[in-house]
Amino acid sequence: MTNHRIAYWKSCFLLAAMTLLSIGNASAQVDTLANIKQKGVMVVGVKADYKPYGYTDPSGQIIGFEVDLANDLAKRLGVKLELVPVVAANRMEFVKQGRTDLMIATMAYKPDRAEVVGIPEPYYYASAATVFAKKDSGLKAWADLKDKSICGIQGAYYNRRAGEEFGAKMLVFKGVPEVLSALQAGNCMGFVFDSTFFAGLESDPKWTGWGVMLPPIDPEPWGMAVKKEDTKFAAFISDTTREWHKTGYLLGLEKKWNIAPAPFLTEQHQKFK
Amino acid sequence: MNDVSAWFKWLSHTSGIKLTIFYDSYDRSRWLTGLVSTLELSAICLVLSLLLGACVAWWNRSRFAMVRYLVGSYVQLFRNTPPLAQIYFFYFAISPLLPKVGGQPLLGSMGWAIVSLTLLETAFTSEIFRAGIEAVPKSMIEAAESLGYSKLQIFIDIVLPLAFRFTLPAINNNLVNLVKTTTLAYAIAAPELLYMSSQIWSEQTNVADMMCMLLLTYVAIIAVINVVMRWLERRLRIPGFGQ
Repeated sequence: MTNHRIAYWKSCFLLAAMTLLSIGNASAQVDTLANIKQKGVMVVGVKADYKPYGYTDPSGQIIGFEVDLANDLAKRLGVKLELVPVVAANRMEFVKQGRTDLMIATMAYKPDRAEVVGIPEPYYYASAATVFAKKDSGLKAWADLKDKSICGIQGAYYNRRAGEEFGAKMLVFKGVPEVLSALQAGNCMGFVFDSTFFAGLESDPKWTGWGVMLPPIDPEPWGMAVKKEDTKFAAFISDTTREWHKTGYLLGLEKKWNIAPAPFLTEQHQKFK
Repeated sequence: MNDVSAWFKWLSHTSGIKLTIFYDSYDRSRWLTGLVSTLELSAICLVLSLLLGACVAWWNRSRFAMVRYLVGSYVQLFRNTPPLAQIYFFYFAISPLLPKVGGQPLLGSMGWAIVSLTLLETAFTSEIFRAGIEAVPKSMIEAAESLGYSKLQIFIDIVLPLAFRFTLPAINNNLVNLVKTTTLAYAIAAPELLYMSSQIWSEQTNVADMMCMLLLTYVAIIAVINVVMRWLERRLRIPGFGQ
């Protein structure tokens, strides 16, 4: 090994050690809860384009299921609420940098996400996969998908299961408009996608005679996100969510926003009662 | 086979180069389906476009101005519009207008991919044939006429065989183009290589690895085509002609 190499590895090691130290330092200082109380404002990142969870109403205000949750949290802390619209690509970064204190933005729990931000349990909601098809299609169980043409959106995690386990012939497109067009043209008889998405379609007169045909599978819990090292704030979120489940507050919100009942919420309500 | 899959598994653990198509049976079957569909699509479109291309080239020399005009506009339309727009047009605009057979559309993704790529390639092939036909010496046609050949006989027995040889290099070029263009069928979910690869990489998040694999596969397909076409050119050469 040359001297150069040794010097290189040495500097790598030093850099790693320094990074570790600085992380250790940071964790000692983070106390979002105290920070929020001192500022008198809680900044929450929410979606502004995902009806009915977080969206902009005609007057320009952000409202929705998740906004109600943010409001309730702010009320509990006795502070004002400030909403920041986020998208999937920046929502975790905002929490990490401290631009938002908390994120409630339709984010599903994923192990690799939990490495970046703290996602306190229990989760407040869960979307699942289901199939949207004609009501007279005769679909009753997932096994009925065998050899049927089913449309999907590229990148959805349940596409593989529909194809591999249930034997559907998957027609996967890039976006929702292409799928809806293929569905109406009869290129596929059903559309496998997030159960949360179909709530909007079912109320659309263009799709009368169509409906959600299969029981939801593979629920993906949605979690709020806090700074990873802030255990105190995470504990507050956990306690509050547990109470929401216990009192049936989330079930009430589901009704308020006209969302098809998610089995997850009923389960959790039973569990914490 | 087991050794190969074990080796690729080991590779993904040690180096992070994740080629699931070598050890995950579902991904492998999708990849192979994609490969077969790409080859099938290319082969069917090639044969159809050669046949139709010859017809169009023949109609291009028709006595009737109307036929010449129609054929000419078809060629211009398909040569001068984006192939992706054509595929979308057939699948999303034409397909819903056609009658359904037993609740099913007349043609699926693969069917429309074949139709639209064939029409595109035919437009190019017919132009190549036309150039080839025009390169056949007038004196040869006159000689055939004086021997009592009919117009169709001259076309099939004299002009086409010669024109075919003149046009082989250009046809080869066109075939390579065809194989490359089959990737556009991805947009209408025809199960060709790019479509299958994109599904694998969006599930396994091995985008870069699959992209490399994909590119190498096309290099391999096109290398084989080039070798075969070179051989065919040598094989069909008429000694002393065209030099």
